[in-house]
Amino acid sequence: MATGQNRWNAGVLPYAEMGYYDADYVPKDTDILTAFRITPQPGVPPEEAGAAVAGESSTATWTVVWTDRLTAHEHYQAKCYQVDPVPGREGEYIAYIAYDIDLFEEGSIPNLTSSIIGNVFGFKALRALRLEDMRIPLPYVKTFHGPPHGIVMEREYLNKYGRPLLGATTKPKLGLSARNYGRVVYEALRGGLDFTKDDENINSQPFMRWRDRYLFAMEGVNRAMQQTGEIKGHYLNVTAASMEEMYERAEFAKELGSIVVMVDLTVGYTALHSMSNWARANGVLLHLHRAGHGTYTRQKSHGVSFRVIAKWCRLIGVDHIHAGTVVGKLEGDPAMVRGYYDTLRESLTPRDLSHGMYFEQDWGSMPAVMPVASGGIHAGQMHQLIDYLGEDVILQFGGGTIGHPMGIAAGATANRVATEAMIKARNEGKDFAAEGEDILAQAAKQCRELQAALDTWGDISFNYESTDTPDVVATPTA
Amino acid sequence: MRITQGTFSYLPDFSDDEISAQIQYAIDQGWAVAVEFTDDPHPRNVLWEMWGLPMFEIGDASAGLHEVTACRAAYPDHYIKVSAYDAALGRQTTALSFIVSRPAHEPGFRLDRQEMADRRIRYSLHSYATDRPAGSRGGSNGQRGS
Repeated sequence: MATGQNRWNAGVLPYAEMGYYDADYVPKDTDILTAFRITPQPGVPPEEAGAAVAGESSTATWTVVWTDRLTAHEHYQAKCYQVDPVPGREGEYIAYIAYDIDLFEEGSIPNLTSSIIGNVFGFKALRALRLEDMRIPLPYVKTFHGPPHGIVMEREYLNKYGRPLLGATTKPKLGLSARNYGRVVYEALRGGLDFTKDDENINSQPFMRWRDRYLFAMEGVNRAMQQTGEIKGHYLNVTAASMEEMYERAEFAKELGSIVVMVDLTVGYTALHSMSNWARANGVLLHLHRAGHGTYTRQKSHGVSFRVIAKWCRLIGVDHIHAGTVVGKLEGDPAMVRGYYDTLRESLTPRDLSHGMYFEQDWGSMPAVMPVASGGIHAGQMHQLIDYLGEDVILQFGGGTIGHPMGIAAGATANRVATEAMIKARNEGKDFAAEGEDILAQAAKQCRELQAALDTWGDISFNYESTDTPDVVATPTA
Repeated sequence: MRITQGTFSYLPDFSDDEISAQIQYAIDQGWAVAVEFTDDPHPRNVLWEMWGLPMFEIGDASAGLHEVTACRAAYPDHYIKVSAYDAALGRQTTALSFIVSRPAHEPGFRLDRQEMADRRIRYSLHSYATDRPAGSRGGSNGQRGS
């Protein structure tokens, strides 16, 4: 590190020499920690690249500024304290960086992200940059409200225990009139699902305005409750172009007695904070669809890992978030998806590189978020779904309900029977993952709807290689 | 109609052996087992009557099944469910809950619609079982002896 007068001469100094790299730094329990995957430009030493990330995401600019000397600048400088090569990925390194808690506004994900992923992702000295994981210290966790209700409260509210919840997204995604839409909602719910869902791109288009959709959907919800004696819900998507419009839609949903509203990740973090506050104040569950995340979460060398998005969303506070299926049509390596689910549901997650978890994370008593598995799943995969995802999950079968040859309600019944049969077998001590197909075949003997589902989709699978897989780094860190 | 509350309502009604297997699973998880009953299965009625206290230290499933059997004898025409409770920190809630007995005739619900301005509708579910006064809705009304 540059010292004495040299440190303050006007001109450009390497970031590492300005104090943004410190191999001897011992992170404090209250520090925010990050693990960045960096790919430096040729000729840039990895430690300098790590220091540059630390500098640009905290106090630095490209040149020495004397005004640093008006502050206790060492307190505010982020410190890159460790850089490890990534095994099997030449030119990539994991840079560990520590930020003092004072750098961030309490309870604000927009503020946190403006620092951590603000300017730094366009930095020329790096060919690529990916935020792999963050350790949010418990004192900072405590400045966030977290989920408006959480898994425990949601189950008590719904009076549904001991099995995955079941949902379906209304299809076709676009074009149905409000009455046709209400029909799909009613059939899917009366057949045995707990929830139906607006798709992420259903807002208020010319073919169906939001107010009409809400009215007809709620008719379907209430008729299904009358038919089954169960609490049912439809995620009414309140996503709109302004907070004023979102509040108007959410208020209307509440007035109609809806137990849940939904919002898309495309609304941005500030709007999510606002909707979280609204949901808490009004006793309405908040469902989050992660629309758009694949643009920055999927590629291994650049972007933000979904596990980080999951952490931010748990802090902001949503009750549901889409988090992958493993077996469905969308990206999701089993070990990585396990890491996302643990991040959403557990109180304490250990460092575990085999699941892509770079840090231990303590959530304190913050409620858990219900993960949602959606996209190309069907009843014939039930044993795999429960094996991979557990029971605190919403299994969301869109095509796998509505495309059933005997109709929507039959598709819903098939999914519900498959779920209950698998949970029953698991609880009886059966090796359900191995015997799953047999358990489903036995259950189908007493349920034509399940038999028809297995006949239609039984051997449909989506076996493609995942792009985002764990790297196991040999060197442990503190 | 068949109300479909509970973890297993879409499967055929459980035999005593099947009920015992689920109770055993709950015991193995360290959960307390409770028997509850009601004559009003409205979906918002989350406080069914307790058949005694939850069994926190239950040795084996037969003790749980014994209470189910006794509750059925006392309330042959009520809904009865078995619940398992997880007291672990971070849960402290029900972990499993399934219906083990139903009345021979399940009266079901009426959907009431109160029509309001601007096409809004206020919905309300009415439990037909409550049309008769409590105490005359079938079965015994005696509380379990302590």
